[in-house]
Amino acid sequence: MRQYLDFEKPVAELENKIAELRQMAKDGEGINIADEIGKLSDKAEKQLRAAYTKLTPWQKVSVARHAQRPRALDYFKALLEEYTPLAGDRLGHDDQAVVGGLARFRGQAVVVIGTERGFDMESRLRHNFGMPKPEGYRKAQRLVELAGRFGLPILTFIDTSGAWPGIDAEQRGQAQAIARSTDCCLRAPVPFIATIIGEGGSGGAVALGAGDRVLMLEHSIYSVIAPEGAASILWRDPKQASTAAEALKLTAQDLLKLKLIDRIIPEPIGGAQRFPSEAIASVGDAIDEVLKELLPLDGENLVAKRREKFLAMGRDAL
Amino acid sequence: MSWLTEYVRPKIRGLLQREVPENLWTSCDSCSQMILIKDLERAQKVCPHCGHHGKANATERLDWTFDGGHYTRIELPKVPTDPLGFRDQKKYVDRLKDAKAKSHLDESLAVAHGKIGGRDAVVAVMAYEFMAGTMGTAMGEAFVAACRLAVLQKAALVIYTASGGARMQEGVLSLMQMPRTTIGVEMLKDAGLPYIVVLTNPTTGGVSASFAMLGDVQLAEPEALIAFTGPRVIQDTVREKLPEGFQRSEYLRDHGMVDMVVARSEMHETLARLIGLMTNSPATASEAAA
Ligand SMILES: [Zn+2]
Repeated sequence: MRQYLDFEKPVAELENKIAELRQMAKDGEGINIADEIGKLSDKAEKQLRAAYTKLTPWQKVSVARHAQRPRALDYFKALLEEYTPLAGDRLGHDDQAVVGGLARFRGQAVVVIGTERGFDMESRLRHNFGMPKPEGYRKAQRLVELAGRFGLPILTFIDTSGAWPGIDAEQRGQAQAIARSTDCCLRAPVPFIATIIGEGGSGGAVALGAGDRVLMLEHSIYSVIAPEGAASILWRDPKQASTAAEALKLTAQDLLKLKLIDRIIPEPIGGAQRFPSEAIASVGDAIDEVLKELLPLDGENLVAKRREKFLAMGRDAL
Repeated sequence: MSWLTEYVRPKIRGLLQREVPENLWTSCDSCSQMILIKDLERAQKVCPHCGHHGKANATERLDWTFDGGHYTRIELPKVPTDPLGFRDQKKYVDRLKDAKAKSHLDESLAVAHGKIGGRDAVVAVMAYEFMAGTMGTAMGEAFVAACRLAVLQKAALVIYTASGGARMQEGVLSLMQMPRTTIGVEMLKDAGLPYIVVLTNPTTGGVSASFAMLGDVQLAEPEALIAFTGPRVIQDTVREKLPEGFQRSEYLRDHGMVDMVVARSEMHETLARLIGLMTNSPATASEAAA
């Protein structure tokens, strides 16, 4: 069952109608419905295109969070061979909100790391809805250091509303785990490509996102705070979330303009959730291209350039 | 680095003696007992009745930290303000203007250099009085400048943290101060220089999750709130009773995140000793006696 977003309602109505017509044809009503279905499909396609070419920031938030959008493990499955998951932070815990391990990406051995939200209640609970605890960030640190030791490029797939805001997480040093994770990313002497596939939620995303290149899917978001949170704090009105989403400049398009990310990966019309395998393939191609640029550079050079890139952010007037 | 020489110009000399009238009283935020303001200032804003460490501003912290209260403030590097043209209930540029007027500071970080225990040190102090010590581009840039200054002077860096976290009005640019300040810390570590963090009340969000947790040594003032996620948000999420003393300095020490909780009266001596030990420089007479 396709899940429609609010702004997709007109499309939903058309598509339901098409489904009804198909059912009628199957039930042998005898009328020629091909024409009618063709017309309706065209109309639906046009509406979808119209909606998706001018999504507002707040609509993008809902697309980025869509439950049927491909998740990190979907990307792993489609883009990697010989994926060998590795587990544990070696300090007493394993956090399934962060998944990762060794794999081959188009022939090249890599280390992959992702935040995984899960797809049904059981898997969502297992992955803690994609909200890592300190052990998740410490597992990431371990994997990043492993990649450094063997000269393997690092690919991260980010999709998280943020780090887990819980007692246990604070007790075990959430802040320190995030800080160290960012530090590890910045120091990794190997190509580091971070891709935001859904939601890039605050410090919990930065911890896996301080790479040579940061790519964003067309309708993904990256934000210092959820727009709902900004609305309650700055506007003192949770209903102002859409205003906040606009003001925060959290879309891939805004962030590219601000030179805070490096590349936007186009999504199929209707979003990655409608055509997951197309979206995943585009992400694979983009990563492949960027990786080819980075592979010739040696570790020291990569780290130096990565530092320059982050230090340059916000220094120039735009 | 020409831009460095440009902003290392002395700006304000330390030790601006403020005259406090003899007979003005205030009350402690914690125990509510009456205290002569003059006595409170002399005690570095620590309540003589209950030991509560009251709010201190950036200038006071600099005065207390350097030997004899002597230091040289540096001018902060200039960066574009209001990159997003942000406006919530109020324009960000107006919030900045108000903060500057209220705090007499340019940003939420003040940086100075001088001596601690006779050894070179750069001290950066986050000013909670400036937009709740939030971290935006200017603050991040000032922190990186402090790191560079320390590297240039082969000095230790001490930072007093106090922050509500990222400055939302700068969107992802504020978030990017996490990697940017982390790079500053890496420069210090690569240069083999001591980096000492003093966590003060409160230190939360993106600040706690970046340079504030990367110290070679982590100190904290008594009972400071130190958190990634603030207690109210956690309470709303987990709907459980929070443990006693949760997210306070002593709790972090007991959970392995802070080396020691240091009273304000002991801070200068502790910093001097740590820097002496970390740089393996000979003990001074007073340290040998202690
Ligand atoms: Zn008191």
